[in-house]
Amino acid sequence: MKKILHLILLFNITICATAQSDTSLINRIKPDSSKLNMNMDAVYNRPFLQVGKVPVSLGGYVEANSSYFQTDGVTEGLSFQLPRLTIFVASSIKNRIKFLSEIELEEGGREINIEFASMDIQLHPLLNLRGGVIMNPIGSFNQNHDGPKWEFISRPISATTIIPSTWSNVGFGLFGKYARNNLVWAYELYLTNGFDDKIISNSENKTWLAASKVNSERFEESFNGVPLVTAKTAFRHRKIGEIGFSWMGGVYNKFQEDGLELDSRRRVDLFAIDFNTTIPKIKTYINAEWVWASINVPETYTQQYGNTQQGGFIDIVQPIFKRTMFGWENSTINLAFRTEYADYNIGRFTETGGNIFDHIFAIVPGISFRPSPQTVIRANYRYHWERDLLGNPAARTAGFQFGFSTYF
Amino acid sequence: MITFAHIPLSMNNTTKVLSVIVSLTIGITACQKLLPPVPPDDEILDGPVDGLSQQENAQFIAGDIAFNEDVFTKENGLGPYFVATSCVSCHAGDGKGHPSTTLTRFGQWDSTGNQFMQYGAPQLQNRALPGYNPEVIPVGAPSAKFIPPANTGLGFLAALTDAQILANVDPFDSDGDGISGVPNYIVPPSYFIPQSFHQSFSGKYIGRFGKKAAAVDLLHQTVNAYNQDMGITTEYAPYEPSMNGLAFPYPDDVADPEVSSNTVLNLVFYLRTLKAPIQRNQNDADVMAGKQIFINTKCASCHTPEWTTGASDISALSYKTFFPYTDLLLHDMGSGLDDGYTEGTAKTYEWRTPPLWGLGLAKFSQGGQYFLMHDGRATSIEQAILMHGGEAANSKNLYQGLSESDKQKLIKFLESL
Ligand code: HEC
Ligand code: HEC
Repeated sequence: MKKILHLILLFNITICATAQSDTSLINRIKPDSSKLNMNMDAVYNRPFLQVGKVPVSLGGYVEANSSYFQTDGVTEGLSFQLPRLTIFVASSIKNRIKFLSEIELEEGGREINIEFASMDIQLHPLLNLRGGVIMNPIGSFNQNHDGPKWEFISRPISATTIIPSTWSNVGFGLFGKYARNNLVWAYELYLTNGFDDKIISNSENKTWLAASKVNSERFEESFNGVPLVTAKTAFRHRKIGEIGFSWMGGVYNKFQEDGLELDSRRRVDLFAIDFNTTIPKIKTYINAEWVWASINVPETYTQQYGNTQQGGFIDIVQPIFKRTMFGWENSTINLAFRTEYADYNIGRFTETGGNIFDHIFAIVPGISFRPSPQTVIRANYRYHWERDLLGNPAARTAGFQFGFSTYF
Repeated sequence: MITFAHIPLSMNNTTKVLSVIVSLTIGITACQKLLPPVPPDDEILDGPVDGLSQQENAQFIAGDIAFNEDVFTKENGLGPYFVATSCVSCHAGDGKGHPSTTLTRFGQWDSTGNQFMQYGAPQLQNRALPGYNPEVIPVGAPSAKFIPPANTGLGFLAALTDAQILANVDPFDSDGDGISGVPNYIVPPSYFIPQSFHQSFSGKYIGRFGKKAAAVDLLHQTVNAYNQDMGITTEYAPYEPSMNGLAFPYPDDVADPEVSSNTVLNLVFYLRTLKAPIQRNQNDADVMAGKQIFINTKCASCHTPEWTTGASDISALSYKTFFPYTDLLLHDMGSGLDDGYTEGTAKTYEWRTPPLWGLGLAKFSQGGQYFLMHDGRATSIEQAILMHGGEAANSKNLYQGLSESDKQKLIKFLESL
């Protein structure tokens, strides 16, 4: 914790000092929007600050919100959050060798995570090696989750609870891209450490992949010695948009210890489809992701823990004004709407054959103001219906969220 | 760092900003309408009895958390053998449960006690942590299934005196109404501390809770629930449930007791002070007529409508009249409901009259459908009535003789409870 604070301090002092002495030293590297960028490029496609000719560039973003929620008439009142402050450092070590790290302070600094810290070596555009802490490319949100990019204050539920974004692990892999005319094709393939048995043993009382995030030992050693495989392929057409197909699978339990068998190998597999596009002329931005998860839960364990899950979201963002506002050129006001769903337990009760529910459905209308593409001030209204395992009348929660997020 | 000084904020803009802020504030205040309201008190079971002190409110909340939020996993002591992972998994919204959370008990035919204790009786732990094999019913053992009942208003029932309960006992049917009614005499656990209103019958006490009235008080019920339903040890029950009779404490990595006595007692306090379900549509003409039919068809002979407590250590429970529709006694319910398994001094065909309060809300905790009677075999109120036999056969016959519209009124009354 202290170390990180020192780091931030140092980071600030350096910039302030250099900025005071000579402002022209700092170059703002704007994200490149001319190329056909894909979700996989999101890590590098961020605004960076570069000091002079130093080959290191720095960046980061922060999110701050306030929220007021009420569940069936009961409210916890108004609260303020700083859900995350993220700092990234990128450097070009040598031509075609890059390093980028992303360190995230969550919940006001209580949690510090290395989200990303890997070295990329380009042998050929179609063959890059990547090693270190990797963000597993499952779906699109996990790779492309920076707060300032979104008009919504809460992260999508399916992408944080079925896909446990942000989900990163130590490992190695390959990626590459092939572009021709208006089309780009890309692939990624990684082997990393993975899940542990917390996904079926946690205080959520349901199969909860995000429970494995708590285990920071996964950055040191694998829980069971079986790598988690993540593979993604995606296509982007300049006019049509981007579509991605991804799969992540591995074994989550400790099936042996000291060579002795303890249990059978139990797999967890996720398959996701993501899509995004901007409708020309009216500039409507559509972004969607759907994920299916299959988890081998022992039959003699409780039915509370589902063996199949699915969920997803669709975001629609419509810019309604784009002009100079408050002196900021090209600032925009957007209307936004999200619908999202997550079913944590698809199946039927063995005793009655009745449907197992345990799902959540939400709608989130919102409005945002962007003085620049890198900064967003946003207000959301959120309503969600949560049904328990048995499908009893839904618990209804609604509330308002207000906040900002910006790169710095 | 990066300066904002060059941004020209003209007066005009300031006005704009202010108006945005002001209208946002107004908007948000007007938005109360967009927030989901509290459901009416008579539609939910959760919530305390009226008149708790602030200190009692705090203890109620602590118990509420233990009941509704504590989830057990391998890490905090679950199992290795268990049936479910939290109280609320079986008693959703404090209401009746679902067949997926029924308990199975086995091993006892008669009042001589359980003959299968060495096989892990009485309760079957049909779930196990990964890597363990759950218990199975030994060959030849009798068994019965139990669906979770609602947990509401139990503090009132617990506050009745033994003398009040005994006043309705009629073992030899001396009043000739075909209904006898007997208590279940239970050997209490060693930690049971009798209150002034409990009577000892050569060391046995009257059971009040559970389908067979085999639990003496709510502490007994709670300790067993932790231990037998979830494999959680307490100071009261310090050993993990045995597995097919291997009665040594199972080595899990969690220090015993896995739940503190403080938590157990808060939970008991919560059960004691959960409000009684509130009747709906009391003044509806059909409901009122239905209540009269309920009395005429002799349902009320067992489902005693009204009781009044005496003095209680919780003043909110003292001298209160309440409407549970039970006599807390065991009745012969006929061969149709005889599962061949029993507890205490009860016969296999005897069941404790269940309270009918909250009946109309049952399906909102059972996933939209009724699962009534001790194992949930009845999927409608009418089916439940038609399953009554033994001492209740006469009452059932009276029901069957009713006109269709009177039957509807009776059911409407039951649904209002
Ligand atoms: C596996 C499901 C399950 C779990 C978990 C469970 N219960 Fe129960 N509960 C039942 C069943 C079934 C009964 C009926 C048992 C009987 O008749 O003996 C019951 C009965 C009760 C009763 C008696 C109600 C009455 O009207 O007689 C109380 C009180 C109670 N449970 C409280 C709890 C508490 C407190 C917990 C958590 C510590 C808990 N239960 C956990 C299934 C469960
Ligand atoms: C002889 C006593 C007796 C009489 C008379 C009687 N009942 Fe019952 N009732 C019981 C018992 C005992 C049970 C529980 C049986 C079981 O769990 O299998 C029960 C269960 C029920 C249930 C299901 C409750 C639940 O929570 O599952 C309903 C509803 C009910 N009775 C309604 C009636 C009505 C209506 C009448 C009159 C027509 C009636 N009873 C008459 C003893 C009686």
